[in-house]
Amino acid sequence: MLTAAYNFTTDTITIAELEARKLHHDFTELLTRAVQPALWLLIFGEVLAQIRAIPTGQLPYLDFMTPGVIWERDLGILHKMLASPAPRSALVLGKALSASERGLSQAVIIYGLAVLIGVHINWSIVSVLGVLFVVILGSALFSTFSLIIACLVRTRERFMGVGQLLTMPLFFASNAIYPISIMPFWLQAISRGNPLTYEVDALRYLMVIGGTSVYGILVDIAALMVSTAILVLIAARLYPRVI
Amino acid sequence: MSRVQTDLVNVPKVEAKSILETKSLTKRFKTLVAVDQVSMSISQGEMFGLVGPNGAGKTTVLKMLTTLLAPTSGDAWVAGYDIVHHSAQVRGVIGYVPQLLSADGSITAYENLLIFAKLYHIPRRERGKRIHDALSFMGLDEVSDKMVREYSGGMIRRLEIAESMLHRPRVLFLDEPTVGLDPIARKAVWDHIQRLRSDFGTTILLTTHYMEEADELCDRVAIMHLGKIAAIGTPSDLKATVGEGATLDDVFVHYSGYEVDSVGNFRDVSRTRRVAKRLG
Repeated sequence: MLTAAYNFTTDTITIAELEARKLHHDFTELLTRAVQPALWLLIFGEVLAQIRAIPTGQLPYLDFMTPGVIWERDLGILHKMLASPAPRSALVLGKALSASERGLSQAVIIYGLAVLIGVHINWSIVSVLGVLFVVILGSALFSTFSLIIACLVRTRERFMGVGQLLTMPLFFASNAIYPISIMPFWLQAISRGNPLTYEVDALRYLMVIGGTSVYGILVDIAALMVSTAILVLIAARLYPRVI
Repeated sequence: MSRVQTDLVNVPKVEAKSILETKSLTKRFKTLVAVDQVSMSISQGEMFGLVGPNGAGKTTVLKMLTTLLAPTSGDAWVAGYDIVHHSAQVRGVIGYVPQLLSADGSITAYENLLIFAKLYHIPRRERGKRIHDALSFMGLDEVSDKMVREYSGGMIRRLEIAESMLHRPRVLFLDEPTVGLDPIARKAVWDHIQRLRSDFGTTILLTTHYMEEADELCDRVAIMHLGKIAAIGTPSDLKATVGEGATLDDVFVHYSGYEVDSVGNFRDVSRTRRVAKRLG
């Protein structure tokens, strides 16, 4: 039992290490991924700074649209990993943490830009670590969701279509753009079940001075962890379908 | 202690003289019967070839034996482990080089090997030596710190085989090991495969649609056609049954009723070309 847990952890870290090594060799990929949040922040920044909001909503969008899995280029590697003794859930969780590594680099950029446009960032150690933790969790969550969709639709073209179809509602049926309290009742219900709501709620609370949380930071983190765990288990079951 | 060794002790083994055995192994995809009642037995240390045109079912057999696909019916054992009920144990004792590109181009060869050494739980103190040995065995030690995307097709193939050998598998599966390679690179890959067997005694099951490759490398071959095994035996025995001076190509035409251009469709062509392109 203990050995299994140890093996699971080391296998997960190994998969995440692969991604770290790739990023280490290729900084341009990190930079191109930073362009979109940067534009967003620069264009809407002024307004957002005034209403004390932080543009965090597009993070999951990027996690979703760049699953960093399957498709031709990586399919052979995936076959080889699936034929190794590593548990499939470790492969999925490792992939999820790989997305988190990219997500983290974006968080750093968002911090930088937020300072530029004059958002009052909360620089306490606890807050910064909290933000990084929530970003890791959020990226893992949404990239796993995207992996599930990819396993189901199985071609890049269909994935892009379905991805667009799902990310817009995911984005609007959450508190990312406007508060849940002004939504019609049915949309409120959907938004409360949307993990993105809890990620944004947590980031708003942690990132700026005087930030507030609607649900409480512990509820936010619990909601994110539980949804990630559920999605990883589903994805581990579906993973062999990419063969 | 590694997980593989632990499991070897805990799981009851089916007693068999052969290291790999299939009984009426069948895989159906909706209406298509990709693999139809395949029964064969491979001995320890043997080099066995599955030959046939694209779409004959060779890769599907390999994917079932490597536990990537579940069979529709029939049974198979690898090193005594049932591929369905003890799939985790099977994965611990096999090596697999898929047909598709399975090395990461954006990291170095050394890093590619390191990741797989870790996934196979090779103890830390042995890791460096194993990776070094694998690199020099495959003739890649000079270029181990180069990014893999700068490698030629033949070098990538050798790296992929090196990866699959790190944990000293008992059975190695090679899916079309030389597809898309030029004759010189192909010869180099052949030499390395032969040395693998002579140095480590590894049992090797490979698929190929090049008859001269099967003839050169394999102790025995099974000719597959439309999911079935049409003939099985040593290359020379098979040639003798067809007639004097026959080549393995003639044997193939004889047993499969295969005619040029009757098999293979657009998908196969586009797939083969794609593989050829990435290796070329």
